[in-house]
Amino acid sequence: MPPTAISQAPGFVGRPTRRVDGPLKVTGRAKYAAEYDAPGLAYGYIVSSAVAAGRVLAIEADAALQMPGVIRIFSHADRPATATADKAWQDEVAPPGHPFRPFGSDEIHFALQPIALVVAETYEAARDAASLVTARYEVTQHRVDLKRERATAYDPPEKRAGIPPPPAPRGDFAQAYADAPVKISADYVLAPEYHNPMEMFGTTVVRNDDGKLLVFDKTQGSQNVKAYLAGVFGLPEGDIRVVNAYVGGAFGTALRPNMSAVLAVMASLALERSVRVTLTREQMFALGYRPHMEQTVSLACGRDGKLLAVHHDAVSGTSPFEDYQEAVVNWSGMLYACANTKLSYALAKLNTNTPCDMRAPGATSGVYALEAAMDELAHAAGIDPLELRIRNFSERDGNTDKPYSSKALMLCYREGAARFGWSRRQLAPRSMREGNELVGFGMATGVWEAMVVPVTAKAILSADGALEVSTASSDIGTGTYTILAQIAADAFGLPLERVTVRIGDSALSAHPVEGGSWTAASAGASVSLACAKLKEQALARARRMTNSPLAQAAMEEVAFTDGRIALAGDAGRGVSLADVLRASDLGHLEEEASFTPDEKLAGRYASYSHAAVFAEVRVDEELGVLRVPRLVSAVAGGKILNPKTARSQILGGVVMGLGMALHEEGLFDHDLGRLMNHNYAEYHVPVNADIGDIDVLFVDEHEDKLGHLGVKGLGEIGIVGTAAAVANAIFHATGKRVRDLPITLDKLLG
Amino acid sequence: MIRFDYVRPTSVPDAVKALAAKPGAQVIAGGTNLVDLLKYDVAKPSRLIDINRLPLRAIEDTADGGLKLGALVTNADAAYDVRVAQRFPLLASAILAGASAQLRNAATTGGNLLQRTRCLYFYDPHVPCNKREPGTGCPARTGVNRNLAVLGTSEHCIATHPSDMCVALAALNAVVHVTGPAGERQIALSDFHRVPGDRPDLDNTLERGELITAVEVPFSDFGRHYTYLKLRDRLSYAFALVSVAAAVRLDAGRIDELRVALGGVAPKPWRNLEAEGLLAGAAPERRAYEAFADRLLAGAQGFGDNDFKLGLARRAIVRALTQAVAGTPQSQSDKRVA
Repeated sequence: MPPTAISQAPGFVGRPTRRVDGPLKVTGRAKYAAEYDAPGLAYGYIVSSAVAAGRVLAIEADAALQMPGVIRIFSHADRPATATADKAWQDEVAPPGHPFRPFGSDEIHFALQPIALVVAETYEAARDAASLVTARYEVTQHRVDLKRERATAYDPPEKRAGIPPPPAPRGDFAQAYADAPVKISADYVLAPEYHNPMEMFGTTVVRNDDGKLLVFDKTQGSQNVKAYLAGVFGLPEGDIRVVNAYVGGAFGTALRPNMSAVLAVMASLALERSVRVTLTREQMFALGYRPHMEQTVSLACGRDGKLLAVHHDAVSGTSPFEDYQEAVVNWSGMLYACANTKLSYALAKLNTNTPCDMRAPGATSGVYALEAAMDELAHAAGIDPLELRIRNFSERDGNTDKPYSSKALMLCYREGAARFGWSRRQLAPRSMREGNELVGFGMATGVWEAMVVPVTAKAILSADGALEVSTASSDIGTGTYTILAQIAADAFGLPLERVTVRIGDSALSAHPVEGGSWTAASAGASVSLACAKLKEQALARARRMTNSPLAQAAMEEVAFTDGRIALAGDAGRGVSLADVLRASDLGHLEEEASFTPDEKLAGRYASYSHAAVFAEVRVDEELGVLRVPRLVSAVAGGKILNPKTARSQILGGVVMGLGMALHEEGLFDHDLGRLMNHNYAEYHVPVNADIGDIDVLFVDEHEDKLGHLGVKGLGEIGIVGTAAAVANAIFHATGKRVRDLPITLDKLLG
Repeated sequence: MIRFDYVRPTSVPDAVKALAAKPGAQVIAGGTNLVDLLKYDVAKPSRLIDINRLPLRAIEDTADGGLKLGALVTNADAAYDVRVAQRFPLLASAILAGASAQLRNAATTGGNLLQRTRCLYFYDPHVPCNKREPGTGCPARTGVNRNLAVLGTSEHCIATHPSDMCVALAALNAVVHVTGPAGERQIALSDFHRVPGDRPDLDNTLERGELITAVEVPFSDFGRHYTYLKLRDRLSYAFALVSVAAAVRLDAGRIDELRVALGGVAPKPWRNLEAEGLLAGAAPERRAYEAFADRLLAGAQGFGDNDFKLGLARRAIVRALTQAVAGTPQSQSDKRVA
């Protein structure tokens, strides 16, 4: 059979493609950090603080130490030395401050802070002994009530890298607001939210005979954890390797190295054996979280709906020891055109762990308040909420006055509204009803940064024609394995099965943490470049082969298909890659390439992904029972590499947005300083019954400034705006404006 | 540290003997609540008596046309039993309103009665709780009490009993069969759970060594006019903020008999027989339901977060009676409230 007949490998990029790691995951062959075994593995169990603030006076561990199987109990009073400088504890994405050091001192900053680690021969023995460890505390007054601490809020003196502080005021907000004919001002409160990935944190440290450590860790950045652990424990970087081949969800909580990694390595080094430490679900609630937030938004517009004044102030909780910062209020200066803006952002210290980036950090919180306020303004002006957004549409980033590299938000508005049936909406609240239920339509805009970061990738072609691409990226359930396989397969015209993707290993080529929705665009671009370079090498070698049919061929004249290079118009004239390797006397061909964002180009444009979210809610008028039977999310995210995994990302974001709107709430006892609902039964996330029909559509958007793939990320845009769309629909249904999330039924009772 | 021994008797007398012999012995059946409590260091049994080999899995007809559910009948088997569904659709509906399919496959009839409160303080051994450790105090009174009781509370405890099934059983005048060292006895379901008073550690009236062997549901005629209306913080897999089991028999357009039990608001399924009696002969109309609701909720007191339950319960009672009288029971799959 001539090669042409079998060379019709379809392109994978842009087509719905099943996850290449799916079969491994559903059959349990994909191993997670706490599933690796090692000879002589010891098990660590963390003992947590019972109080929220104060000092540990003494750890009583004698009874626990007598338990069979107990090896050692670590605490601030008994632990190996670690780095003294804060710098060593500051990871790639640490905010300013003094990073938390497990067992660093006797100080207690937050309830459930780890105070001891019991290491034993079995998990059960460690857990059992841990229940016998008690502590005496000197208790000091804790602070967990943001409402009360708002008065103590401060402008963080040191700004967090990569997070733009609020821009300087534009125009004269106060005067414009005073003079405007239509205005609103309101306070919006967000409950603390917890990432709650299914997979709990766990670290298995496998200690080799030569003392080198192989660390299986749940993380979004193997190289971040590796550098951190090397710094904290003063190890040569060559002595430590971190693997995170599969990650069972993260949503940002695994961006920073976790306490389980520090404690497992600490124990492994001290005991000179392999150690595993896992967190309980309860302890997962003592990690970083989406902070409590109190916001005030004041908006004014003319009778025509054109914005005249925007003020957005936010106060966010942070820990006693770090100034965690997000871009919360900036969105209110960039999203719509307005000449008079005033934006401010401050922090208040609370006795909690440091908050941690959670799916679209800052935007999820800030755009909620802005978009709820826009709905209030639309109502005050008597203008359709969608029409208000369209009238204030901006072709430039209001904060920087830069044009957008691409912004198909208008298409999101139009196509989303058409799909949803927005035109059927009656303007007045409480004007739609069916049986006992009031019906409401609400919408909101979503926006998130489209970022690209430097990534290096490697591509290796074997003699059997198989292709391997690799970079130290992570797949936290987003589909990284799959999209990289698609890109590589298309580069060489191979079926997906012939491509192996290796990620999740600090030993691979350089890749920053997986976050910020930058992985598809950045890792994808680097793999694409490595493949292109590898093809150049292969063609150069093919040209040099004796009697090569490709002797004169240039890259644009050939096609790579199914392990062959052939003339594009004449597939019979070519050579197999296996023959190329044989002729070169090589077992494989290999190239490494780096994708580097074009800073100059980036400096001239603002790059964001956008969405328009439309929600229908139904509220039982008498009982407050609330349903969201359908929701449309129209997304402008540049080129869509894989419509199937892309849709899944948006679905996940939307569901998380529903949780934010209706369910998720860390409940603190203010007297005890303690989160009380630290389990899945009582910390509510949406269940299937809460999730109606979610219709995801991607509008056409041509992006050509962010790298050659034209891709923007999709991991986060799905959540931004969703809670506001739901809250706005609730107002439309009931006439009742609930500004404190989550909107539980008691808040809707008349 | 929980040191307990474990026995797996094969007969009820052996189980009772094992239970009576050791203070702190506890029975385990489905384990859907107890295993959690063990993991949280809340339950600290001296002995676990695994009763899964006891012959208590049958659903039997009783002479009066009722049903006797063995203590080990799972929630799923009870809800989907044809006789239960036909004779006591209120019970089937209440069971299906609770937990998840997976939990209902494991949870048992006897265990459902014995499940502990979902008070957040009860589940956290780091904080005081009079139910868990008598005398330590009740921070819930001034703390996070959104899911706690407004009726039947005491200064020592404001916990609720979380069951859905028991609410229907209370409305159906079910009887609990128990066997103890002194022999067998029967306890009306409405007398089974207790209000905390100054002994919040005691959830029920079982004597030491007594084992639940069955729950009997006597014949009744509420197959047409009933509903189980459960209101909660999400549309499935959440405990009730307020639930109402309502059963009505109509005669010539008037209320002949009415039974209403409330869940989610008290340490036990909450009924008021006198208030029910007052409605006999009344026309089934909203004003009568409201007056009934006010009587049933008499003395209710909120503690801050849960103040809303007073108003919500009143409305839920009215809606449930409306559903029951109309013969349009609340669906447990369609989440729209009928």
